[in-house]
Amino acid sequence: MQEYTVDMGSFFAILISMVFVSNFVLARFLGLCPFIGVTKRTDSAFGMGMAVTFVMTLASAVTWLIHRYVLLAHSVTGANIFVRFIGPETSLEPVLRTISYILVIATLVQLVEMFLKKSVPALYQSLGIFLPLITTNCAVLGVALLNTTATEEVLTFPAAVFQGFCAGLGFLVVMILMSGIRERLEVLDLPEAVKGIPIALVATALMALAFTGFGGLITVP
Amino acid sequence: MSRCRARGNAERMRVDHFKEFTRGILKENPVFVLVLGLCPTLAVTVSLVNGFWMAVATTSVLVCSNIIISCLRRVIPQEIRIPCFIVVIASFVTMADLTMQAYLPEGINRALGIFIPLIVVNCVILGRAEAYAAKHSVVRSLVDGLGTGLGFLLALLLISGVRELTGSGTLLGLQIARGYQPAYIMVMAPGAFLVMGLLLAFFNALRARRQVMPHAFEIERPVTSTELKKESA
Repeated sequence: MQEYTVDMGSFFAILISMVFVSNFVLARFLGLCPFIGVTKRTDSAFGMGMAVTFVMTLASAVTWLIHRYVLLAHSVTGANIFVRFIGPETSLEPVLRTISYILVIATLVQLVEMFLKKSVPALYQSLGIFLPLITTNCAVLGVALLNTTATEEVLTFPAAVFQGFCAGLGFLVVMILMSGIRERLEVLDLPEAVKGIPIALVATALMALAFTGFGGLITVP
Repeated sequence: MSRCRARGNAERMRVDHFKEFTRGILKENPVFVLVLGLCPTLAVTVSLVNGFWMAVATTSVLVCSNIIISCLRRVIPQEIRIPCFIVVIASFVTMADLTMQAYLPEGINRALGIFIPLIVVNCVILGRAEAYAAKHSVVRSLVDGLGTGLGFLLALLLISGVRELTGSGTLLGLQIARGYQPAYIMVMAPGAFLVMGLLLAFFNALRARRQVMPHAFEIERPVTSTELKKESA
């Protein structure tokens, strides 16, 4: 199993790639439901973006650990903690990947909600209502799947966590940009049929077009 | 007499099921009316074939999970129903994922990529489980799943057809018009958002028009003098 060499350059490449070149919303089509649903006002868009970034970073860490220490066969990683029960050759990945990831994310969201409610009430007040929605946000499950399956080379733990954080950051940036645009769109005199979601999608198309301009910035691994 | 009434009931049930079946296709189309499940709708609709297989996978998961959740609706406790639904859905998604990897060509599997496991978080499926299957009988949930799935399939075919035709000048891989210069942007990300936005606006306009039309053609009959007299009397 090959692993990325961890240096500052690759971290910078992850940052640029996740925020600009292959942005989760505009290039990978992940997390569109909150992108359309919660961008009517800037403050709620900001809150949702922060909550998603937070959960994505945590979810990347936990799912990376699960992928390596529970799902992959012992003969590949030499680190499967259930090797005594399932034998060194068995890989649980194809059967249990989706179920374990979504359960981990659901549990994580619940834990974060309880933790924030108890210890950081101010933050809970601003993020609280968005947290239950995050469980079914495909950006969170998407980043977990991308971290552990999409590339042939497996990311190291710090790189995976950083990639989760940067993906959330890209989501936050686009949410804020979009909410600014939609606040302006609200006051325009538009035909009834294009009001709301249709015109928001057309505006998104133009934003995505602008973001393709970042395409040549780095070569995405 | 009673047999006659039973037949009448059966007839009514059939009409009911038919109504439930068609509701998911037009009146409550998951993509164009409810605007759910946007992520797979936009991500994989680069070509008709991809859109078709995505919709087939989603529909099979939707129908199976609707049946199982409807069977278990009296067993699942109210407080933890969402995690229960998600586990049921995730199991069927894993089955669909493995089946597709086994039987479909490599190219389609690579194109659909992580969007097959992401069916788990497709709001259409969880939405139908929560709003319908958890409250209705098995047969009704099955019919509802089939209708919603067919609506999803038709929507995906429409979007992917438009995008393939304009973006690569082909349909199902066959060249349609000679000498047409494909607009490559339509198969890229901006094209997806643009096509979806315009199609949504088109269907909104169509719906608004259908609501307005009946009144537009209703001509008020002038009240005759005899009627006026009757009213006053």
